Parts: sequence; C-alpha cells; structure tokens
Amino acid sequence: MNNTPPTPSYEPPRDHYLISAGGHIRSWLLTTDHKRIALLYLISVTVFFFIGGVFATMIRIHLLTPDGVLVTPETYNKLFTMHGVAMIFFFLIPSIPAVLGNFLIPMMIGAKDLAFPKINLLSWYIYLIGGSFVLYSFSTGGLDTGWTFYTPLSSIYSNSAVTPAVLGIFINGFSSILTGLNFIVTIHTMRAPGMTWFRLPLFVWSHYATSLVMILGTPVVAITLLLAGLERMFHLGFFNPAMGGDPILFQHLFWFYSHPAVYIMVLPAMGVVSEIIPTFARKPIFGYSFIAASSIAIAVIGFLVWAHHMFVTGESTYAALTFSFLSYLVAIPSAVKVFNWTATLYKGSISWDAPMLYALGFIGLFTIGGLTGLFLACLGLDIHIHDTYFVIAHFHYIMVGGAVMGYVGGLHYWWPKITGRLYPEALSHFAAIVLFLGFNLTFFPQFILGYLGMPRRYHSYPPEFQVLNVLSTAGASILALGYLLPMAYLSWSMRYGKVAGPNPWPATGLEWKTDSPPPTENFHVTPVVDWEPYDYRNRPDLGLAAGAPLAPAHSDD
Amino acid sequence: MQSPLPIYPEQASNFAPHVDALLIFITGICLLFGAIITTAIVFCFFKYHRKEAGAVGIVTYEDPLVEVAWIVAPLILAMVMFAWGAIVYVDYRNAPRDTLDIYVVGKQWMWKAQQPNGLKEINELHVPVGRDIRLILASEDVIHDFFVPAFRVKMDVVPGHYNTMWFRPTKPGRYHFFCSQYCGTNHAVMGGWVTVMEPTDYAAWLSGVSGGEANPVAAGEKLFAEKSCVTCHLANGTGRAPSLNGLYGGQVLLADGSTVTADDAYIRESILQANAKIVARYQPLMPNYQGQLTEEQIFALIAYIKSLQSQPVPATGSGIAPVSEKK
Repeated sequence: MNNTPPTPSYEPPRDHYLISAGGHIRSWLLTTDHKRIALLYLISVTVFFFIGGVFATMIRIHLLTPDGVLVTPETYNKLFTMHGVAMIFFFLIPSIPAVLGNFLIPMMIGAKDLAFPKINLLSWYIYLIGGSFVLYSFSTGGLDTGWTFYTPLSSIYSNSAVTPAVLGIFINGFSSILTGLNFIVTIHTMRAPGMTWFRLPLFVWSHYATSLVMILGTPVVAITLLLAGLERMFHLGFFNPAMGGDPILFQHLFWFYSHPAVYIMVLPAMGVVSEIIPTFARKPIFGYSFIAASSIAIAVIGFLVWAHHMFVTGESTYAALTFSFLSYLVAIPSAVKVFNWTATLYKGSISWDAPMLYALGFIGLFTIGGLTGLFLACLGLDIHIHDTYFVIAHFHYIMVGGAVMGYVGGLHYWWPKITGRLYPEALSHFAAIVLFLGFNLTFFPQFILGYLGMPRRYHSYPPEFQVLNVLSTAGASILALGYLLPMAYLSWSMRYGKVAGPNPWPATGLEWKTDSPPPTENFHVTPVVDWEPYDYRNRPDLGLAAGAPLAPAHSDD
Repeated sequence: MQSPLPIYPEQASNFAPHVDALLIFITGICLLFGAIITTAIVFCFFKYHRKEAGAVGIVTYEDPLVEVAWIVAPLILAMVMFAWGAIVYVDYRNAPRDTLDIYVVGKQWMWKAQQPNGLKEINELHVPVGRDIRLILASEDVIHDFFVPAFRVKMDVVPGHYNTMWFRPTKPGRYHFFCSQYCGTNHAVMGGWVTVMEPTDYAAWLSGVSGGEANPVAAGEKLFAEKSCVTCHLANGTGRAPSLNGLYGGQVLLADGSTVTADDAYIRESILQANAKIVARYQPLMPNYQGQLTEEQIFALIAYIKSLQSQPVPATGSGIAPVSEKK
C-alpha cells in the first residue's frame, strides 16, 4: 500500500465538550452533560473492572494446584464473591449502558442531552455511594457469601461484612433504575425530526429493551437483598427456616432479577455489534425489524425463565418443565440475531478494522455461550452440570466473551467520537486476537471440567482436575494481556493518537454527523433525518467513491 | 485410577447413559450450528474483504421466509431437546416403589448418612449395586447439595425441607461425591466417597460394622417417650392426639377437609410446626418442636412412626426389614 494517496488530515474542532466547560475538577463533578457523565462512568467502571480483575487473577493463580497455592479457604471464598459482586453489579451492568449508552443515545437520536440531565448525574453519584459501601465491605472483613447471597448462609451463617455489601447493592440499584428511566423517556420524547422508531439505530432499540429490564427487575433484587440484610441485622424470619422463613423464596426473588440482569449485560453488547457490523460491511443490516423485535422479545421472555437456576432445589416438576420450556424459547431471539448479523456480511464490503474483529469475536463467543445455554436449560442434563464449572464457563462466555467483547469493541468503534483521536491500528488488531484466544483457552477447559464433575466455588479439588485447571490459568494470563493492551494504547491515543475527523469509518449514524469530539450541545444545528438506517447507497455526504484504492482512514504507519 | 487428562466421567448409575446421550445429542446439534455460522462468517470475511477504499456492500433484500425458516428450524430442535430432557428429569424426580431408603444429613462441613439398620457413616456412603436407592436429604444449617458425578445426579439439601433423590448404581466401585452448593468456608472439602458394592458384600458390610449403633426405631421410641409424645398420641386412638399406628404412607383427612399423604415431609412438618396441618376432629394442642430436635432425631422419630404399621407397638424396635438382595 505504498501508493495510497494521503488520507485527508483533520484539525480537532476548536471547541468541544471536553474543553468548553473548562478543565476544572468542579466542571466535571457538577456536569450535567451526558458525554462528560459517560466519561465519569468510564473511569469508575474501569476501576471496578480492575478490582474484579485482580480478584480473578488471584483465583486463577490459586487453582494451579489441587490444594491451592495462594490463599486460605476463607480468603478464596472472599475472592470469588468479591470478583462476582464487583464485576456484575459495578462493571458489567453499568458498563455499556452508562458509558456508551449515556454518551451515544442522545447523539444517535439527534438530541442535545438525555431527558433528565441532573438525574443522570445523580445516578452516577448513587453508583459511587453504592460502590463505596461495597468497597467498605471488601476492605473490612470482605464478603464470602457468593455473589448470589443465598440464604440462610448470607443472612445467618456468614461471618463476613454482608450488611454493607447488600446495602451497597441496594443503593446502586437506584442508579440503574434512574438510568433506565432516563433512556426510556429520552427515546420516546427527544428524537430529532424524521427519526422515526424504525429509523432508530439498533443500539437504541437494544438499550430501550435493556432499560425496561432495569426498571422492572432492579427493584425486586434491591428489596430482596434488603430483606436478607434485615434478616441478618434484626433477625426477622424471611428466609431462615429456623424462624419460619423459606430459603427457596430468596432464590425465586433473587433470580427474578438476576436472570434478566444477564440481558442487561448482553443486550447492549448486541446493540454495539448491530452498529459495528453494518458499518464495517458497508451495507444495511439484514433483518432490521427482526433484530429490533428480538431485543424486546428477549427482554420480555427473559423475565419468565428465572427458576431454571433452581432445577435441583426440589422445586415442583411442573415448575421445572415450564421454566425449561420457556428457557428454550428465549434462545430463539438470540439465534435470530446471530443469523441476521451473519447474513449482513454476505456481499458486504468488509473491512478488517479492530471494531469488526471484536464484533466477529463477540459473535463467536456469544454463540458458544448461547449454545451451551441449551445444555443447561435441558432438565435431564442440568441435574448433572448444574453448579459445576460448566455453568462458570457458560456464563463467562456470555458475559465476558459476549458483553465485555462488545464493550471493548464499542469503545474502539466510538473512541474517535469520544476523544477525537484514533487508536494505533496494528496494536488494536493484535489485542483483539489475543483477547479472543486467551478467552477461549481460559474458559473452554472449564466446560470439560464441569462435565467431569468439578463443582464451582472450590478452593481445592481432586488431582485429576489439575491439567484442565492449569490450562485455564494459562489462558487467563493471556486474557489479562488482552485487557491491559487496550487500556494502555487507548489511554495513550487520547493525547498522541491521530486526529480522527468527524466520521473516520465512515458510518451512517447521526452521531457521526457532528464534530469529534462533539460540541457540548452535540449538534450545531438540529439534524433532520431523511434516510433509512445503515443506508450507504443514498448518502453522498459520506464521501464514498467506488474505485478509490484501499486506504484505511486511520492508517497510522 | 483416572488418567491425568480425563475428558469423560465414569458411568455408574442408571441415569449416566441417559444424561450422556443427551450431552451427545445436544453437542451434535450445537456443533452443526456452530459450524454453519463459523463457515459463513469466515467465508464472508475473506471473500468480501474490502478491495477499494470507497467500496460499499451490495444490498441484499431480506426475505421474511428466510427469517421464518431460521426461527422455526431452531425452535423445533429446541423442543426436541426440551422433551428429551424432560423425560429424563421426570424419571429422576419420581422414585420407583420399593427403594432402599438412606437418610443423609448435610451440615457445615460434613455429610452424615444413616443406613436402614441405623448404621451411621460420615463422608462415606455404601450402597448395593443394582438396587434402587433413595436418599432423603436434610440440612442442619445452610443449603448444601449432594452430587455424584459418576451417577450424573445431584440434589440440593435445603434446611426446612426434605428433598429426595434416587439412582440405581450399575457398577461397583468408589466414586467421588461432592457438595455442589456453596455452603461456606470448607465447602470444597465437604465431600467423600460413594462405595458401590455387590449386594452380598453390602449385606456383610452392614452386619459386619457394628459398634453399638443405635437402632433408629429404638432411638425414636426413646425420644417419643422423652418428648412426651406418648402422653397424647395413644396407640389405641383414645388420646388427645391421633394414634400413629399405620399412619406412614396412608392418607390423612385434615380439618379443612383436604387429605394429605403421610410421607416423611408431612411427618417432619407435623412435628416441627404442629399447627400447619390439623387432623380432622382433633384440636390444635400440640406444641411446635421447631429448634428442639436435630435432623437426626427427626429421622429417628420418623423411623419409629414408620415401624408402627397397625401393629401393637413393638417392645423393641426392629421395624425395618433387613435389606434383601432382590433386584
């Protein structure tokens, strides 16, 4: 590619959201700009990701030998509990919605901000307060109940700092509820002229579905954990059978939220992938309305499958049959998405940019995660693989292979918009491949471990399981590199990356029709939408001209 | 001895071949789907790689029939998985008649099993090959889970509930059992070994290991007197509380007009929360024994009540027939 003409070079806009309010710390802590709040979330969820990642690293090191190499049983139990709590409640659930969703939803629909900018800031502070309670719990005795807080272990028997942790998660729930509320109102009321429902980017549809789950599900888990806390503090017998309570009731209430919570994590990632694929295949997404509808279907059916976590609790056979049936139904809309993404690639003009690699990595890992869900939904198989490493592998494929791949891919895709700068290309390709390989080496052996019968949450294990555990730990060290690399080069690029210009890919969404980084009010004039989503054929403004030799917009060599 | 890298657990119960067949079936379907998706993506990734900077893709119009096809085809396969899995599960949740019943108590962090003749084991379970075994599971504290990978079955052990699980061991040997529901500090070491023995060996083992183990019926009878149950539950039915002769396994008419089967769970509840179900024509006079009896004492009381099969109360309990070798 020595003969490629020079790509146009851009100057960063003279005024944009990062500088127009000044750089003073107060201008950040008191901002109501959805883009700045998104960056506040970006920093805080990264901190929790880092904390959770350190716990994960210690877990994998400990499991190198059958007797454990690193910590005592008490500490090990705290490590996996705190890993789960930090990652699920304080990283995965807020990551894509509160960072990318916050930044992008107003821009994608052509609005100046979310409907309730002050509430948006409030939800970040609530997140911080909840997070502080949880960090207090971690640092004053830790937490050893498992992230599921099953009673009566959590409410009576645990000697760790359960009360501040459940209070922290209770408080944090309001952050999630307010964010969901903000998104729904914004999407309903603040769309630009011409931005009809079926012209919305699929990212917005998936966040709409996510917000429904946040609003309807979160109150249930908040109250449930509060009840467990009250039982612990004041000996009220909600779940403890010695006081007339029922421990199974806790599981029903807990999973009523915590299963749909999986969709809070993965639906936004599906939204990211639905943006990346048409952009880097340069053609409209295949089956737009089916992908949009499948997001809503997942959100609705997702509320009706919770007791598939409880097939071996002794729940009635009829309940088990019902929940198994519904669990198979919820697999269908996910399959529809995968088929439509794949069909979109057909006859596309496919670039190998890093966001595309992450999106395809997402499809691969999410497909494995989704298909292994079919094993767990199967009643006759679940009696064997329930509560084993098979489950661990399955949900890490969904939540890490799926949600985190989507998040990192989305960060790469919108990084030029957020920062105005491009990341280093070769390094980003390398990181995407390292992440994909490291992830598979870490978690695929765990499927086999699970079928062999290794239960989850074991600080020591029989010697015959060692080889697979060592493989998994080896994979985890590669995976860690796959996360540290983007953290490093994305940070580097904020200052030293090549200036991106408004629309480097180019992409069709409204967010690309304004400066990078955008001005505080997002658009200099309110945009009017008169095109269909992901339409490259009728968009002369994108400046695409067939026949030009290949020169990636962000080539930095 | 296991190989250093096993990829398949041993099959040692009636359920193992069924669960493994399900695994193979679903794995096959998933590999097929995975292969289709992967091939399509990899093919497009290289075939349609962008050659010119300004190139755009060729719009492919969606066909509703295609969408319907890839909704219906997976749905049909999913329903086959559901139905097959349901058949295995319903079998697992409904124990056959004439099982060999063993009581198992989980507590932080050990397992106690009690054979029908009262023999107690800790972190060990001996069972005869070829016999339908039913475990009646109780917990002294938090939720545990009894899991035997070689049998492909597990069941949660929930405080306040009796859960039951059954299996028929098909191959003599020693197999791991684990606690697979996280239960606190030493969860990972709350396990042991199931020993599957030839029936003759099992009978010999049962009689050979003595050591003054209390007969559960005798222990129950003693408790029945100590806890003053005997003052109201008179054998001839003239007491303030119903006679318990012939109660076990029968139907009980309740004050609200419904009937209930007098199984382990009913008797347990009636001891611990006496007023939960009141027998017709009797007053709710009995105190609750919640918190006053260990799970093992409740097992003993149930064993004693089981022994009262419309017979005059035996002087010394020997109500449970010795284990026979019939299949």
